[in-house]
Amino acid sequence: MDVNKTLADIQNQIKEIQDGRKDKLSMVVFSGDLDKLLAAFIIGTGAVAMGMETVMFFTFWATPALRDKKKKGKGKNLFGKMFSFMLPKGASKVKLSKMNMGGMGTGMMKYLMKKKNMQDLDGMIALAAELGVKIYVCEMSMDLMGFKMDEMIDYPDMKSVGVATFLQEASDSKIQLFI
Amino acid sequence: MSDIKADVTMDLKGLACPLPVVKVSQQIKKMQVGQILMAETTDPGALADFPAWAKTSGNEIIDTVKDGNVTKFFIKKLK
Repeated sequence: MDVNKTLADIQNQIKEIQDGRKDKLSMVVFSGDLDKLLAAFIIGTGAVAMGMETVMFFTFWATPALRDKKKKGKGKNLFGKMFSFMLPKGASKVKLSKMNMGGMGTGMMKYLMKKKNMQDLDGMIALAAELGVKIYVCEMSMDLMGFKMDEMIDYPDMKSVGVATFLQEASDSKIQLFI
Repeated sequence: MSDIKADVTMDLKGLACPLPVVKVSQQIKKMQVGQILMAETTDPGALADFPAWAKTSGNEIIDTVKDGNVTKFFIKKLK
Protein backbone atom coordinates (compact mmCIF):
# COMPACT_ATOMS: atom_id res chain seq x y z
CA MET A 1 0.00 0.00 0.00
CA ASP A 2 1.33 3.39 -0.97
CA VAL A 3 1.08 5.58 2.13
CA ASN A 4 1.79 8.80 0.26
CA LYS A 5 -0.96 8.10 -2.23
CA THR A 6 -3.47 7.37 0.55
CA LEU A 7 -2.46 10.56 2.35
CA ALA A 8 -2.93 12.60 -0.82
CA ASP A 9 -6.37 11.04 -1.29
CA ILE A 10 -7.40 12.00 2.24
CA GLN A 11 -6.08 15.54 1.77
CA ASN A 12 -8.08 15.87 -1.44
CA GLN A 13 -11.22 14.66 0.26
CA ILE A 14 -10.84 17.18 3.10
CA LYS A 15 -10.27 19.94 0.56
CA GLU A 16 -13.42 18.93 -1.31
CA ILE A 17 -15.48 19.08 1.89
CA GLN A 18 -14.04 22.48 2.79
CA ASP A 19 -14.54 23.92 -0.68
CA GLY A 20 -18.03 22.47 -1.06
CA ARG A 21 -19.62 24.77 1.49
CA LYS A 22 -19.67 28.47 0.89
CA ASP A 23 -20.40 31.36 3.22
CA LYS A 24 -24.00 31.13 2.22
CA LEU A 25 -27.35 31.01 4.03
CA SER A 26 -30.23 29.16 2.41
CA MET A 27 -33.65 29.59 3.92
CA VAL A 28 -37.01 27.97 3.31
CA VAL A 29 -39.60 30.61 4.13
CA PHE A 30 -42.79 28.61 4.66
CA SER A 31 -44.76 30.70 7.15
CA GLY A 32 -46.99 33.58 6.14
CA ASP A 33 -47.00 35.12 9.62
CA LEU A 34 -45.71 38.65 10.12
CA ASP A 35 -43.42 37.74 13.03
CA LYS A 36 -41.80 34.80 11.26
CA LEU A 37 -41.38 36.72 8.01
CA LEU A 38 -39.72 39.56 9.90
CA ALA A 39 -37.36 37.10 11.59
CA ALA A 40 -36.53 35.56 8.20
CA PHE A 41 -35.66 38.95 6.68
CA ILE A 42 -33.67 40.11 9.71
CA ILE A 43 -31.56 36.94 9.61
CA GLY A 44 -31.27 37.13 5.82
CA THR A 45 -30.11 40.75 5.68
CA GLY A 46 -27.91 40.24 8.77
CA ALA A 47 -26.15 37.38 6.98
CA VAL A 48 -25.30 39.66 4.05
CA ALA A 49 -23.80 42.14 6.53
CA MET A 50 -21.68 39.27 7.89
CA GLY A 51 -20.29 38.77 4.41
CA MET A 52 -22.52 35.86 3.42
CA GLU A 53 -24.70 35.28 0.40
CA THR A 54 -28.42 34.80 1.19
CA VAL A 55 -31.02 32.77 -0.69
CA MET A 56 -34.65 32.77 0.43
CA PHE A 57 -36.99 30.15 -1.00
CA PHE A 58 -40.62 31.21 -0.53
CA THR A 59 -43.13 28.42 -0.42
CA PHE A 60 -46.72 27.75 0.67
CA TRP A 61 -48.17 30.37 3.05
CA ALA A 62 -45.20 32.72 2.63
CA THR A 63 -45.90 33.12 -1.10
CA PRO A 64 -48.80 35.63 -0.84
CA ALA A 65 -46.63 37.96 1.26
CA LEU A 66 -44.69 38.70 -1.94
CA ARG A 67 -47.79 39.92 -3.76
CA ASP A 68 -47.93 43.53 -4.85
CA LYS A 69 -51.08 45.14 -3.48
CA LYS A 70 -51.45 47.27 -6.60
CA LYS A 71 -51.08 44.47 -9.13
CA LYS A 72 -53.58 41.91 -10.34
CA GLY A 73 -52.84 38.43 -11.70
CA LYS A 74 -54.63 37.78 -14.96
CA GLY A 75 -56.42 34.64 -16.15
CA LYS A 76 -57.24 33.00 -12.80
CA ASN A 77 -59.76 30.22 -12.42
CA LEU A 78 -62.32 30.02 -9.60
CA PHE A 79 -59.91 28.42 -7.10
CA GLY A 80 -57.19 30.91 -7.96
CA LYS A 81 -59.61 33.76 -7.35
CA MET A 82 -60.63 32.22 -4.02
CA PHE A 83 -57.02 31.92 -2.82
CA SER A 84 -56.34 35.47 -4.02
CA PHE A 85 -59.25 36.73 -1.99
CA MET A 86 -58.64 34.64 1.16
CA LEU A 87 -54.87 35.12 1.53
CA PRO A 88 -53.12 38.37 2.48
CA LYS A 89 -52.37 40.65 -0.42
CA GLY A 90 -48.78 41.59 0.21
CA ALA A 91 -46.39 42.19 3.09
CA SER A 92 -48.47 44.96 4.67
CA LYS A 93 -51.44 42.61 5.12
CA VAL A 94 -49.87 39.65 6.95
CA LYS A 95 -50.79 39.01 10.59
CA LEU A 96 -48.96 37.93 13.73
CA SER A 97 -48.89 34.18 14.49
CA LYS A 98 -49.90 34.94 18.08
CA MET A 99 -51.93 37.69 19.74
CA ASN A 100 -53.49 38.88 16.48
CA MET A 101 -56.82 39.50 18.28
CA GLY A 102 -58.78 40.34 15.16
CA GLY A 103 -55.98 42.60 13.91
CA MET A 104 -55.63 44.63 17.10
CA GLY A 105 -52.51 42.80 18.24
CA THR A 106 -50.87 43.16 14.83
CA GLY A 107 -51.75 46.86 14.77
CA MET A 108 -50.24 47.34 18.22
CA MET A 109 -47.08 45.49 17.24
CA LYS A 110 -46.71 47.63 14.12
CA TYR A 111 -47.19 50.77 16.21
CA LEU A 112 -44.53 49.64 18.69
CA MET A 113 -42.11 48.71 15.93
CA LYS A 114 -42.48 52.15 14.41
CA LYS A 115 -41.96 53.76 17.80
CA LYS A 116 -38.81 51.72 18.38
CA ASN A 117 -37.55 52.70 14.94
CA MET A 118 -37.67 49.16 13.58
CA GLN A 119 -38.16 48.47 9.88
CA ASP A 120 -41.56 47.13 8.83
CA LEU A 121 -41.81 44.11 6.53
CA ASP A 122 -41.99 46.24 3.38
CA GLY A 123 -38.87 48.08 4.55
CA MET A 124 -37.06 44.80 5.22
CA ILE A 125 -37.91 43.50 1.73
CA ALA A 126 -36.57 46.74 0.22
CA LEU A 127 -33.38 46.39 2.32
CA ALA A 128 -32.99 42.76 1.20
CA ALA A 129 -33.30 43.87 -2.43
CA GLU A 130 -30.68 46.58 -1.89
CA LEU A 131 -28.28 44.06 -0.32
CA GLY A 132 -28.73 41.51 -3.09
CA VAL A 133 -30.61 38.83 -1.14
CA LYS A 134 -31.89 36.31 -3.69
CA ILE A 135 -35.58 35.46 -3.54
CA TYR A 136 -36.91 32.30 -5.19
CA VAL A 137 -40.60 31.50 -5.24
CA CYS A 138 -41.80 27.92 -5.23
CA GLU A 139 -43.31 27.21 -8.63
CA MET A 140 -45.65 24.54 -7.30
CA SER A 141 -47.09 26.76 -4.54
CA MET A 142 -47.77 29.46 -7.11
CA ASP A 143 -49.47 26.97 -9.40
CA LEU A 144 -51.46 25.34 -6.60
CA MET A 145 -52.85 28.60 -5.27
CA GLY A 146 -53.14 30.16 -8.70
CA PHE A 147 -50.68 33.02 -8.14
CA LYS A 148 -49.00 34.60 -11.14
CA MET A 149 -45.51 36.14 -11.33
CA ASP A 150 -47.02 39.35 -12.75
CA GLU A 151 -48.86 40.04 -9.48
CA MET A 152 -45.66 39.82 -7.41
CA ILE A 153 -43.63 42.77 -6.14
CA ASP A 154 -40.85 44.23 -8.28
CA TYR A 155 -37.81 42.51 -6.80
CA PRO A 156 -34.46 42.19 -8.57
CA ASP A 157 -33.96 38.72 -10.08
CA MET A 158 -36.94 37.14 -8.34
CA LYS A 159 -37.51 33.78 -9.99
CA SER A 160 -40.04 31.01 -9.72
CA VAL A 161 -38.17 27.71 -9.25
CA GLY A 162 -38.63 24.13 -8.10
CA VAL A 163 -37.28 22.22 -5.13
CA ALA A 164 -34.14 21.07 -6.96
CA THR A 165 -32.92 24.67 -7.33
CA PHE A 166 -33.34 25.24 -3.62
CA LEU A 167 -31.59 21.99 -2.72
CA GLN A 168 -28.70 22.82 -5.00
CA GLU A 169 -28.28 26.17 -3.21
CA ALA A 170 -28.76 24.56 0.22
CA SER A 171 -26.26 21.79 -0.39
CA ASP A 172 -23.35 24.20 -0.71
CA SER A 173 -24.50 26.55 2.08
CA LYS A 174 -22.98 26.62 5.54
CA ILE A 175 -26.33 27.46 7.11
CA GLN A 176 -29.78 26.19 6.18
CA LEU A 177 -32.95 27.32 7.93
CA PHE A 178 -36.64 26.52 7.75
CA ILE A 179 -38.90 29.34 8.90
CA MET B 1 -12.91 59.56 25.56
CA SER B 2 -10.87 57.74 23.02
CA ASP B 3 -7.99 59.50 21.29
CA ILE B 4 -8.23 57.34 18.18
CA LYS B 5 -8.77 59.35 15.02
CA ALA B 6 -11.47 57.96 12.77
CA ASP B 7 -11.37 58.35 8.97
CA VAL B 8 -15.15 58.05 8.67
CA THR B 9 -17.84 58.52 11.32
CA MET B 10 -21.37 57.17 11.19
CA ASP B 11 -24.38 58.14 13.26
CA LEU B 12 -26.48 55.01 13.76
CA LYS B 13 -28.30 56.27 16.84
CA GLY B 14 -31.91 55.12 17.04
CA LEU B 15 -31.51 52.36 14.45
CA ALA B 16 -32.59 48.86 15.46
CA CYS B 17 -31.30 45.40 14.60
CA PRO B 18 -30.19 44.48 11.92
CA LEU B 19 -29.61 47.99 10.54
CA PRO B 20 -26.48 48.98 12.54
CA VAL B 21 -24.43 46.00 11.26
CA VAL B 22 -25.93 46.27 7.77
CA LYS B 23 -25.00 49.97 7.47
CA VAL B 24 -21.51 49.41 8.91
CA SER B 25 -20.82 46.51 6.55
CA GLN B 26 -21.91 48.65 3.58
CA GLN B 27 -19.71 51.56 4.69
CA ILE B 28 -16.61 49.47 5.38
CA LYS B 29 -16.75 48.08 1.83
CA LYS B 30 -16.17 51.60 0.50
CA MET B 31 -13.11 52.16 2.71
CA GLN B 32 -9.43 51.30 2.33
CA VAL B 33 -7.61 48.63 4.34
CA GLY B 34 -6.18 50.16 7.51
CA GLN B 35 -8.74 52.97 7.71
CA ILE B 36 -10.83 53.42 10.83
CA LEU B 37 -14.60 53.73 10.99
CA MET B 38 -16.28 55.15 14.07
CA ALA B 39 -19.93 54.12 14.49
CA GLU B 40 -22.23 55.51 17.18
CA THR B 41 -25.19 53.35 18.12
CA THR B 42 -27.91 53.18 20.76
CA ASP B 43 -28.94 49.61 19.93
CA PRO B 44 -28.30 47.55 23.11
CA GLY B 45 -27.74 44.42 21.00
CA ALA B 46 -24.82 46.09 19.25
CA LEU B 47 -22.50 45.41 22.20
CA ALA B 48 -22.59 41.71 21.32
CA ASP B 49 -23.33 42.11 17.62
CA PHE B 50 -20.47 44.34 16.54
CA PRO B 51 -17.73 42.02 17.88
CA ALA B 52 -19.53 39.03 16.29
CA TRP B 53 -19.81 40.87 13.00
CA ALA B 54 -16.15 41.95 13.11
CA LYS B 55 -14.98 38.40 13.79
CA THR B 56 -16.96 36.90 10.91
CA SER B 57 -16.28 39.65 8.39
CA GLY B 58 -12.58 39.83 9.25
CA ASN B 59 -12.37 43.33 10.72
CA GLU B 60 -11.12 44.53 14.08
CA ILE B 61 -12.81 46.55 16.79
CA ILE B 62 -9.92 48.50 18.27
CA ASP B 63 -11.93 50.37 20.89
CA THR B 64 -15.41 50.54 22.37
CA VAL B 65 -16.47 53.64 24.29
CA LYS B 66 -19.69 53.74 26.26
CA ASP B 67 -21.21 57.13 26.97
CA GLY B 68 -24.63 56.83 28.59
CA ASN B 69 -26.82 54.85 26.21
CA VAL B 70 -24.60 55.65 23.24
CA THR B 71 -21.82 53.24 22.32
CA LYS B 72 -19.00 54.22 19.99
CA PHE B 73 -17.23 51.47 18.09
CA PHE B 74 -13.86 52.11 16.46
CA ILE B 75 -13.51 49.59 13.67
CA LYS B 76 -10.34 49.03 11.68
CA LYS B 77 -10.70 47.58 8.22
CA LEU B 78 -8.33 44.62 7.96
CA LYS B 79 -9.10 43.28 4.47
